[in-house]
Amino acid sequence: MISKEYKNTAAEGIHARPATALVKLSKKFTSSISMKKGERTVRLNSLLNILSLATKGDDTITIIIEGEDEVSAMVAIDIFFHEELKHL
Amino acid sequence: MILTGTGASPGIAIGNAYVLKKQEAALTGLILTDDSAITFEIEKFDTAVNSSLTEINIMIDSYDEDNGSEGLEILETHIELLSDPQIKEDVAQKIAIEKRNVNDAVIAVIADAVAMFKGMDNEYLQARAADVQDIGNRILKNLNITGKTAARIYQRNTIIIAEDLTPSDTISMDITHVIGFATQAGSKTSHAAIIAKSRGIPAVVGCGDTLANIKNNDHLILDGQTGEIIINPDEETIIEYQVKKENWLAETALLKSQKNKAAITTDGTLVQLFANIANADDMEHAHSFGAEGSGLLRTELLFMGRDSLPTEEEQFTFYKAVALKAKGKPVVVRTLDIGGDKQFPYFNFPAEQNPFLGYRAIRICLDRTDIFITQLKAILRASAFGKLKIMFPMIANVQEIRAAKVILNQAMEELDKAGIGFDKTIRIGIMIEIPSAAITADLLAKEVDFFSIGTNDLCQYTLAVDRMNEKVKTLYDPYNPAVLRLISYVIDEANKNNIEVGMCGELASDPDATLLLLGMGLKEFSMSATSIPHIKNTIIQSDMEFAKQVKQRVMAMDNSIAIAAYLKEVNK
Repeated sequence: MISKEYKNTAAEGIHARPATALVKLSKKFTSSISMKKGERTVRLNSLLNILSLATKGDDTITIIIEGEDEVSAMVAIDIFFHEELKHL
Repeated sequence: MILTGTGASPGIAIGNAYVLKKQEAALTGLILTDDSAITFEIEKFDTAVNSSLTEINIMIDSYDEDNGSEGLEILETHIELLSDPQIKEDVAQKIAIEKRNVNDAVIAVIADAVAMFKGMDNEYLQARAADVQDIGNRILKNLNITGKTAARIYQRNTIIIAEDLTPSDTISMDITHVIGFATQAGSKTSHAAIIAKSRGIPAVVGCGDTLANIKNNDHLILDGQTGEIIINPDEETIIEYQVKKENWLAETALLKSQKNKAAITTDGTLVQLFANIANADDMEHAHSFGAEGSGLLRTELLFMGRDSLPTEEEQFTFYKAVALKAKGKPVVVRTLDIGGDKQFPYFNFPAEQNPFLGYRAIRICLDRTDIFITQLKAILRASAFGKLKIMFPMIANVQEIRAAKVILNQAMEELDKAGIGFDKTIRIGIMIEIPSAAITADLLAKEVDFFSIGTNDLCQYTLAVDRMNEKVKTLYDPYNPAVLRLISYVIDEANKNNIEVGMCGELASDPDATLLLLGMGLKEFSMSATSIPHIKNTIIQSDMEFAKQVKQRVMAMDNSIAIAAYLKEVNK
């Protein structure tokens, strides 16, 4: 299992477009990928659940990955939060 | 009668109302009695979801890219919502444990999700309730085998009046017949509004209960800019709005045809068009008008409407946001340009007899170097995130430039010492807006990388006319030969010394002056974003040889009325 913290760099928060991208990303891997904000943890395979966290700009979230391809999934998540999110 | 809502998508529609009644899905209240029914109901759900997915995929396949990518992205979001495992799990649970039938389970699950979004404190996420309702309605429609809804056929020139429209209502709307819509609910951030904008259908949202006053076949004028809806207008009003509509259509057609074209004269001279902006949102807006960056970022906004000076960190965040939104295009950041005509609670400006000739802009900055160096450090730090340039306003002589550069160097050294990165080749320029600067342009050109001519102040100072003063404002005249000579000289000296020269005053957005300015050798124009398409249109039709002749003729004239008339004539 890998777990890593990220600061949400999208000023408007994780809204429909980035959340859709996250769901698509998580479907590429067999590992279970979850996101934790505060007390709540949700799987990244559900758009509804990601949006329900109402992640705002500058919020800190934790990504937890568990499974065979967890290392490559972590790389993809890294790129997502550090690079792609800015353009979404 | 006039109703007012929020203008969500600009444009004017003149047509007849069609009042759309919402069909609520009804709960059946049935309770399942045996286990085989449970499996059967869950299978029905899966089938309905699959039919819904097929429908959306057809919409995606037949999507017209000319309508912008927004609609596509929204449809993709709907695909994810339809196949959302959480929704499926909740529905299955309601069926298996609460023994409800699939219709009632879907209604309950969607209602919960809609309520959750509506209860969020973020306007954007609240608007997502409409998307959840949309996919819920689609599943319910597909559950009801008999309820095959053929696409509704509308009369020509229909304006739809509805309580609310779902995003897919808007995407599938037949815009050859539907020319606009108004809704009681909704906000500018709702997907229906976003799609209306990308499809170019005028729309007004958030009208509230007053919208119920509109009956089927009422004649309507809908203004998607102001948010006004006029019910059964008189002839005169209709004619007025027909003219408005024609103008708006002509303007958007021009904008669309030129947005991605470069501003090149008929003989191949490349001209650059920039936007004057005040924040990062403006920068984004400017891209849609074809701006190639910003020739003037006013920084005053950052200092206004607050109790204390903005910190370096606050300023850095502001400049960085603009730099990022510029997407690699240049942005000229003008350092603080305030004076005695603006009051700040945290900055005590003494009353002045003549604020425009007093303690202002660079004069304040060179006196209060603490304020100046904070701003310069913030701009420099932001320069690591885009192509920023620094511009000093109200420069009157060479010494002021040298003094400003000493402070800039100090700011650079401090950042270097702290190990903070910035663009070490950042370009430095000045505003030419005081006659003494214009007349000594040859000397100033040796000190800086660029000039930007501020025609408003240059005109006011050259002609000794306060353009805010009603009694003398007719004397304010940018076509005055004295002003034109100064402008021409500044451009000449900049070109001779191989430094860039641009213009950010009002004259840059005057289409009658474009040819003359090209003839003077100006290659960079900065203006409000909405003026860019008009000026680009003028440039594309201009020939440099002819522009030079126009300039020669104008420079030989002795009065501005003749100059204005001549420029009107050659621009016909």
